[in-house]
Amino acid sequence: MIYFDNSATTKPYKEAIDTYTKVAIDYFGNPSSLHPLGKAAERLLTQGREVTAKLLHVSPNEILFTSGGTEGNNLAIKGTANLHKKRGKHLITSNIEHASTLETFHQLEKEGFKVTYIEADNNGRITKDQVASALTEETILVSLIHVNNEVGSIQPIYEIGQLLSRYPKLLFHVDHVQGVGKVPLQFHEAKIDLCSMSAHKFHGLKGSGILFVREAVRLTPLLTGGSQERGVRAGTENVPGAAAMVKALRLVLERSKELSKINKINKFIESECKKIPGVVINSPKERAPHILNLSVVGVKPEVMVQALGEKGIYVSTKSACSSKQTDPSKVLLAMGCDEETAASAIRLSFTYDNTMEEAEKFVEEFNSIVKMLKKVVEK
Amino acid sequence: MMYDHILVRYAELALKGKNRKEFERKLHENIKRALKEFPNVKVQRSFGRIFVELHGTDEEAVSERLQEVFGIYSFSPSLKIELDQEKINNAALWAVKDALPDETGTFKVSVKRVNKGYPHRSQQLNYEIGSHVLRNTKNITVNVHNPDVEVRVEIREEAAYILCKTIKGSGGLPVGTAGKVMLMLSGGIDSPVAGYLALKRGVRLEAIHFHSPPFTNERARQKVEDLARVLTRYGGSMKLHIVPFTEAQKAIHQHVPDKYEMTVMRRFMLRIAEQVAVKNQALAIVNGESLGQVASQTLDSMYTINEVTNFPILRPLITTDKLDVIEIARKIGTYDLSILPYEDCCTIFLPPETKTKPKRDKTNLYEQDLDIDFYVKDAVERVETIHISAEKKLDEEIQDLF
Repeated sequence: MIYFDNSATTKPYKEAIDTYTKVAIDYFGNPSSLHPLGKAAERLLTQGREVTAKLLHVSPNEILFTSGGTEGNNLAIKGTANLHKKRGKHLITSNIEHASTLETFHQLEKEGFKVTYIEADNNGRITKDQVASALTEETILVSLIHVNNEVGSIQPIYEIGQLLSRYPKLLFHVDHVQGVGKVPLQFHEAKIDLCSMSAHKFHGLKGSGILFVREAVRLTPLLTGGSQERGVRAGTENVPGAAAMVKALRLVLERSKELSKINKINKFIESECKKIPGVVINSPKERAPHILNLSVVGVKPEVMVQALGEKGIYVSTKSACSSKQTDPSKVLLAMGCDEETAASAIRLSFTYDNTMEEAEKFVEEFNSIVKMLKKVVEK
Repeated sequence: MMYDHILVRYAELALKGKNRKEFERKLHENIKRALKEFPNVKVQRSFGRIFVELHGTDEEAVSERLQEVFGIYSFSPSLKIELDQEKINNAALWAVKDALPDETGTFKVSVKRVNKGYPHRSQQLNYEIGSHVLRNTKNITVNVHNPDVEVRVEIREEAAYILCKTIKGSGGLPVGTAGKVMLMLSGGIDSPVAGYLALKRGVRLEAIHFHSPPFTNERARQKVEDLARVLTRYGGSMKLHIVPFTEAQKAIHQHVPDKYEMTVMRRFMLRIAEQVAVKNQALAIVNGESLGQVASQTLDSMYTINEVTNFPILRPLITTDKLDVIEIARKIGTYDLSILPYEDCCTIFLPPETKTKPKRDKTNLYEQDLDIDFYVKDAVERVETIHISAEKKLDEEIQDLF
């Protein structure tokens, strides 16, 4: 099996699953229960939060455990919009966001908020100046994706953060789901107020995530009830999921020393596939090391995915969260791709367990599948 | 360019006459301990000064830690520059920009030319370096009387040293230069702050906590351990003595009228604390009392409670307002722990009414029915002592999970 779909989800580390199992069995108490079992679970959660904070260079009370990236994005965006709507009703984001951001903004538009969607250039990038000129007196939130999930473009978060730090009345949220362990980001240095992450994108388990909430930043909760997670997210904590996430985060950050290896695989596949007639590289030159987007023009991406799948090679068509829609990729269209190219894009995404041998095997299989399919399509 | 070392200035040590050497040695040791987390940092002591060599370590992170070490009056990151005029000029410019990131403000240059062989004279150098800074910045001007930033340049035999920022330290005396005290650590807001202030005067700290299971739960005890761990940031590793207080407290509750229960309980605590202090060679008890703050801390109360001991009791917070205590608690990082809502032994049997003016004679009368010596001895014998280490360690069984 060659698994090149690590931006959709990653294979959980065995160590993370071991932690999950052990915690689910030995620490099943409710952290809010007063008895020793409850205390043990609470202790585990507290220490997990401390380790997470240390790994991310923030303080423990800035770490909120969530159910994943979608919740993180929703909570950060709606939680800010609802709390500060009296201050202003203008929000800023980009046109190459993940669906969980984009749809959240669409919903807020229906509730009377005004949203500016900054348009990315051909390289899938937006600039500090674009953000600066979109700002108004009414702006209360800027939300941007750090590493785009379809093409891997990286936004200049540090520059934008510096700019926004001069406007104390607005908050800066970053969707860092694709970046963890692959494209480092120091939240405080980048002047970020809110930052979403998801465990299963870095070899943890599905159903766990982190929302960084800078000290002194308040949010209106989406889920109300108990006082868990500082009252911002009610509901009994997913202790085993969180513990497994901490383990996975530590391991993935340790492995980020091998980033150049992923980069090599990425560049190798790019240069080899470029030689094949009819193949277009959609990812920009400057991009995250683990994402490569390309099109076999004229071939439906579902067919490509299916054909590669038969050979035990797993890739995806655009983002997993919108892959069931058959229209062309919105992100690629936003980057100025023509409709045909945008409608035939596939995405490869890598991680530390991938090897050069897998890359070579992929190129070989890809080559023969493209030839075979081209023949059929072109008759 | 990056700062390559930090010059540390002592507080009060200059006043200490013959003890000075010992104080310096302690401070050197404490700084080393505080900076242990930075593997490349070296702490050197020479000619009555302490230098922290950074070797590439982030100056701001180190500064943050230094600000927590008692006995430091102030410190300045500094640059070591080759004896080359152009290099000195550029380094001074860099240091001004680093100290005034907005590039607005005032500065002055003061050169000290220890190395008389250096070709330019001090006045000439002041002018030369000052004009270089002025030429290369926009909104920075000279103010020789009250500058925002003073660029100090020392021309020595081996190199030139440039200092620009001065960061205030915590003051006080180096921990470990003033003997040992026993802190009564309850888990509230006040007692950790009292411990912190005691450390500031150079004492070594041990803490005593009264635990009454099942009336106080494990979380309350955990909270106290966590608070003690915060204090280790300022004073290094410490011992925490957990006193099993259930039996004494039950007896008091049964025999003493409600109104005097608090007073008698406090007297028991003090008796036990004194014995634990003696056992551990502590020379005073420290607590978080502030005059008049609550019923047990009125002057009458203190007079009656204090009757049971002639051991010195230090009350660093005695005249401090609650809001000021809270401010310190926030600063030192104990506040968020202190406000966790777990009951401690002072609140569980809290009667509806407490005497704010308890009398000594009445208190002694009520205590007659109690076998004081038995309960005190029993509690002292069953004290559990735990070692709170300065390094934040995870629970062993949890550590493997992460």
